[in-house]
Amino acid sequence: MSVRARLAVFVLTFLGASAASAGEVNLQVPVTEIAEQIYDMHTLMLLICLLIFVAVFGVMFWSVYAHRKSRGAIAANFHENTTVEIVWTIVPVLILLGMAYPATRTVIAMKDTSDPDITIKATGYQWKWGYDYLKGEGEGIRFVSALSTPQDQIDGRADKGEHYLLEVDNPVVVPVGKKIRVLLTANDVIHAWWVPAFGVKQDAIPGFIRDTWFRADKVGVFRGNCAELCGKDHGFMPIEVHVVTEEEYSAWVAEQHARVAATAEDPARQWTLQELAARGQEVFAANCAACHQADGKGMPPAFPPLDGAAIVLGPKGEQITTVLNGRPGTAMAAFGKQLSDTDLAAVITYTRNAWGNSTGEMIAPSEIGAARAAN
Amino acid sequence: MAAVTPDQLHGHHHGPTGLMRWITTTNHKDIGTMYLVFALIMFFAGGVMALTIRAELFQPGLQVVQPEFFNQLTTMHGLVMVFGAIMPAFVGFANWQIPLMIGASDMAFARMNNWSFWLLPPAALLLVGSFLVPGGATAAGWTLYAPLSVQMGMGMDMAIFAVHIMGASSIMGAINIVVTILNMRAPGMTMMKMPLFVWTWLITAYLLIAVMPVLAGAVTMILTDRHFGTAFFNAAGGGDPVLFQHVFWFFGHPEVYIMILPAFGIVSQIIPTFARKPLFGYASMVYATASIAILSFVVWAHHMFTTGMPAATQLFFMYATMLIAVPTGVKVFNWVATMWKGSMTFETPMLFAVGFIFVFTMGGFTGLICAIAPIDIQVQDTYYVVAHFHYVLVAGSLFALFAGTYYWLPKWTGHMPSEKIGKWHFWCSIVFFNLAFFPMHFLGLAGMPRRIPDYGLQFADFNAIATIGAFGFGFSQLLFVLAIVKCARGGERAAARSWEAAEGLEWTVPSPAPHHTFEEAPLVR
Repeated sequence: MSVRARLAVFVLTFLGASAASAGEVNLQVPVTEIAEQIYDMHTLMLLICLLIFVAVFGVMFWSVYAHRKSRGAIAANFHENTTVEIVWTIVPVLILLGMAYPATRTVIAMKDTSDPDITIKATGYQWKWGYDYLKGEGEGIRFVSALSTPQDQIDGRADKGEHYLLEVDNPVVVPVGKKIRVLLTANDVIHAWWVPAFGVKQDAIPGFIRDTWFRADKVGVFRGNCAELCGKDHGFMPIEVHVVTEEEYSAWVAEQHARVAATAEDPARQWTLQELAARGQEVFAANCAACHQADGKGMPPAFPPLDGAAIVLGPKGEQITTVLNGRPGTAMAAFGKQLSDTDLAAVITYTRNAWGNSTGEMIAPSEIGAARAAN
Repeated sequence: MAAVTPDQLHGHHHGPTGLMRWITTTNHKDIGTMYLVFALIMFFAGGVMALTIRAELFQPGLQVVQPEFFNQLTTMHGLVMVFGAIMPAFVGFANWQIPLMIGASDMAFARMNNWSFWLLPPAALLLVGSFLVPGGATAAGWTLYAPLSVQMGMGMDMAIFAVHIMGASSIMGAINIVVTILNMRAPGMTMMKMPLFVWTWLITAYLLIAVMPVLAGAVTMILTDRHFGTAFFNAAGGGDPVLFQHVFWFFGHPEVYIMILPAFGIVSQIIPTFARKPLFGYASMVYATASIAILSFVVWAHHMFTTGMPAATQLFFMYATMLIAVPTGVKVFNWVATMWKGSMTFETPMLFAVGFIFVFTMGGFTGLICAIAPIDIQVQDTYYVVAHFHYVLVAGSLFALFAGTYYWLPKWTGHMPSEKIGKWHFWCSIVFFNLAFFPMHFLGLAGMPRRIPDYGLQFADFNAIATIGAFGFGFSQLLFVLAIVKCARGGERAAARSWEAAEGLEWTVPSPAPHHTFEEAPLVR
């Protein structure tokens, strides 16, 4: 932080509340060069504005104090002065030019996503983030990252943890000092990927790819939120990035690859109804319960119930198609690209045998594969 | 009319009485009153929504409402305040004041005037009634971004039709105002002699005519995407979700000035009256208003810096946006210069006008900070932006509406408003306003997104303060109703020139203004 920045923190802290610490009244402590530039630019702007503020309102409040009728002030009669008016048009233009110069530099730097060390694709879903490591060390790693704060804390039935609403099950892990390019897209509506300490906020737009980048200078855990209203649980899809040393990163990559290898599905595995339904319950809790609710009653009419629903009790082909492709124009997302054949088979099996539903039917993973092929 | 003297007309009204009088009236004063009462009701409706939002945000966790309903509240609070409260209130002022200020006997199209008002109540019923339909009101934010708005239930369709109807009403109102101002000024009142309130409304009316159809187009495209299989905003069908944002903000940014330019006009009437000194830089005020209006058409994408546009586009919109600071600064300097070496008194209208300059300018500064694209990318969609636009819309537009109400109430009712209640209203409003909204700057900078029903623990203290401020501000507005009701019922008789140094044609007619005024045009020298 520059001297200017320290000064502003002091001023703001003073203005805000003496009890609040600096991080709570100003931009978060920057950990990338861009965030640092933004921080300093904001400080500079704030100081210029404060200066103008004091000057203009010094004059106004002096006038309010001195030029009042009760103090015997007699009104003057001037009502224009070309020189003064030209001066107070030109001077602001010059000040603005001074502000525009550093801003232009930063805008151009923010847009330079060339030559990244690692490229990660982040996909916004209602309401979680999916990450694919596309290029560089860790290529091939993919996972879904969702809020890990328990519902009991949200509903006030349990004490709130330190990172309440800013914690996820699977954080993004990146090495320190490397240029990370983030490609953004979304599956349903517009989301925005925002990590304040990195100075990065980029909308994730369904059907399009946008990109941004960051290079973290410090190891640590950095947290952010979805920043674009995306429906019911917009406030509950945080972003958590762990910046680690290169060695730790390599270890994490190895661990991820090993995990994938260990949990690889045996496509020939024969599932029992109980096994599949038990797995389906977990998938349901992670992906479906936000809308359809854990008890399957949904929140009609926006989020219909599954308990006793015709689609769940009817022919399975129709339900498979709906889960795979979603329902356009509703909040029902297409899960075909998010979940594996086994997970899809499990969750559909679960819904057909949970609550009051008891079809006794089991959907085999191969049936999902067949439905995908038919699409 | 030659056989009827103005004395006989005084207080007399020809035509239906009772409810039918209000339904069939073509009188600009009646219609102005209806607009103002309508706006006041909607202001309280939107206020109740705001307080429910603040109650939920008082502490972390979900206590009062669930997330779906929270999103409906934030959306409807925005729509109701913008389209139901602020805009109709300014049209109410235009109806009452423009004919009185330019020496016209009424608005140019009196019957259309009636129709543009009576479109509003059904639109408001559609909008507010959408809470009751299955799925509730639209929860896509007042900006109605696709594709989220395409997901919504039938509440969204009701909001779309409400916006269509209110848009039609605004366009008719605007045409009426333009024609009245251009054709019905008293002899001798040249354009550059018009009161500044009239000038700002003339420019605002052009903005309305230009952009309301754009909004209608945007929401119609959502409607057809929702129901008729088009894909304007769906990439799978060759559309683009960002197209909606471009179209919406091409309307949305001029809309911001639609809600603030008439406020500039009101303040420019009040400051000279209570400083007992002519407005400084009248001509530059007119030019500044016009430049703000023109610039407002080339800055829209500064609302979209995070959508990921090319660097050149970001730079263009950043520079254009920064330029707006120049004419806005000129206005503030002119008001301060008007007060300088005046002989000031601080009755309620003046308090609100000075409060307006002071607090609105803070919103101007945060606007300048937001104009800087890299900073904007950090604060976009955070509470910093919420603070910024409430500083310009509440402390800006709303305070100017309060100022104007206290200023012209004597002309409307024939009684002076209570200074005691007015001063309480002012001091409570300005203190609680800042208590509610100033901490939001800190919240936004520290990383709290907007439109969320629950937040991390580090944001708890400032949210609690903001909620206390919001409730204080909300309840202070009951004083405003009290002041109006008391003034309408009685009080000190107001003279024709109700304020010592008030200038302008409206102060040449008796207070209360008779039902018909300026049947013979006055001569302006």
